[in-house]
Amino acid sequence: MDILNALVAFLNFVFIPAASYGAQLALGALGVTLIYGILRFSNFAHGDTMAFGTAIVIILTWGLQGLGVNLGPLPTALLALPLGIALTALLVLGTDRVVYRFYRVNKSAPIIMVMASVGVMFVMNGLTRLLIGVDDQIFTDGARFVIDVRSFRDWSGLDEGLALRTTQVLTLVVAVLVVWALFRFLNRTKSGKAMRAYSDNEDLALLSGIEPERVVRITWIIAAALMVIAGTLYGLDKSFGPFNYFQMLLPIFASAIVGGLGNPVGAIAGGFLVAFSEVAVTYPWRKIVGYLAPDWQPDGLLQLLSTEYKFAVSFMILIAVLLFRPTGLFRGKSV
Amino acid sequence: MSGSDAFANRGNRDASVVNPRPSGTIDSTRRSGPVGEGRAGDPFLIGEAMTGGYGTGPDILHDCTIAVEQGEIAVIVGPNGAGKSTAMKAVFGMLDLRQGSVRLNGRDITALNPQDRVKAGMGFVPQVNNIFPSLTVQENLEMGAFIRDDDISETMEQVFDLFPAVADKRKQAAGELSGGQRQQVAVSRALMTRPSLLMLDEPTAGVSPIVMDELFDRIIAIARGGLPVLMVEQNARQAMNIADKAYVLVQGRNAHTGTGKELMANEEVRRTFLGG
Repeated sequence: MDILNALVAFLNFVFIPAASYGAQLALGALGVTLIYGILRFSNFAHGDTMAFGTAIVIILTWGLQGLGVNLGPLPTALLALPLGIALTALLVLGTDRVVYRFYRVNKSAPIIMVMASVGVMFVMNGLTRLLIGVDDQIFTDGARFVIDVRSFRDWSGLDEGLALRTTQVLTLVVAVLVVWALFRFLNRTKSGKAMRAYSDNEDLALLSGIEPERVVRITWIIAAALMVIAGTLYGLDKSFGPFNYFQMLLPIFASAIVGGLGNPVGAIAGGFLVAFSEVAVTYPWRKIVGYLAPDWQPDGLLQLLSTEYKFAVSFMILIAVLLFRPTGLFRGKSV
Repeated sequence: MSGSDAFANRGNRDASVVNPRPSGTIDSTRRSGPVGEGRAGDPFLIGEAMTGGYGTGPDILHDCTIAVEQGEIAVIVGPNGAGKSTAMKAVFGMLDLRQGSVRLNGRDITALNPQDRVKAGMGFVPQVNNIFPSLTVQENLEMGAFIRDDDISETMEQVFDLFPAVADKRKQAAGELSGGQRQQVAVSRALMTRPSLLMLDEPTAGVSPIVMDELFDRIIAIARGGLPVLMVEQNARQAMNIADKAYVLVQGRNAHTGTGKELMANEEVRRTFLGG
């Protein structure tokens, strides 16, 4: 029974939270890696654009809730998502038109685009504050749990309870669908293959009749969709705080770099690796160890780092990867 | 920006924020001008009296003329730095011509940008970076046919018949192939648009002699199939052997022009650059 209790505690406190967080990071990292592969720079505005897109979804959700529209057990935000994506895509395309296109046409060094994206980041940050303020917002509605602690205890007879929130299941399901759709698009459709061809060899793509600006537009639209979906899922799962999204930039970049920048499979693997490391390092293991080794009474909580330092984990992973395997686990295609 | 700054350009070498893949070199924003009338009695393709260089730089070509007749192989040969590749790029519109014109199949295409010249029937195989390395061989061919909306399977089968080695590797990433096979993929990609003219920039650069012979065989087969071929070649002797027409360029000017056999027999050509 103790092993089962340990397993349930592990699932409840480590595996399930890390899996949904990993899926959110993976979606963010996919957007970063796509922009890196096609537009050749790391988009520092990613986190704040995520915040902006999510803010739009939240406002639309409030509107829908005000009208009395809901999805039953599912969060109403899902209904607001498509329009939120469309509006964010428009904003991102506008940004490309006024900021990045200039540098692209002039064939500027990509580091200049990176710096421009830092500027865009500040603007996005300001826009988000204007739109929704700096406070945390909770916009989750619908059924809270798929499995709740009490009914799991009653059903299993174990001491440990297991909670599975609707938003966690939703995160994983949506992430799987989005990744499936994205890979299908990239590998099966003419436009998707054209994107990969452009990321391989711009000149040859141009000579093959692939229009560069069209590839760039599609990339931004997909990236915007990934940003808004990742941001909304994160906001539903935890809460929406504009500053949290800015801070997410670090684990998202860590994920993309760990997996190998420019490589979509790597971005997904990297997302889960970073999420699991972060949760595993900041979780107090005392309880689980107590079940497995009842005779051992450790003094501390068996927590490697307190949760305030969770970003240190991303930093450490980043440093380790950059030192020992700079091209990432899945070897970024472009390096 | 100054060259003395040890930290200049440092950010651009940090692959964690900047993708080290070079950007395209072709100006994709250049719009095509109008297509004019060809002239009576023109060869199938003619780049006539071309003078020009890259951007605002000095002229590299001086009054240079290259022509290809229907169903023939024309080669451009010459010493290093003679402007062979430049002449081909001028024909393909990657160079700013200050004088001269390019006419293809009865139309004056001097004002077209390279993309539109592909649509006008030119198939171009660059010397390097001429495949999509992470795409499979089949996807490379599909991208070659990007501008086509009709069924491409028949063309693909024809290309696979021409290059059986490529057909065997159709599911493999093109970047994993050997040098000779990559060149075959590159030529195949260009053939996918069903061009009316095939232009090859040093197709045998960096491949072994056996592979080179095989590539030349394929190129002859393509030309005998009715598709005119314009080719820049480093290996002058072999190239002239298969050429219906050969252009020897020296310092961006036409030095000798004639059939391959004539030039091979020409004492001066032999002495100055075929090595006796």
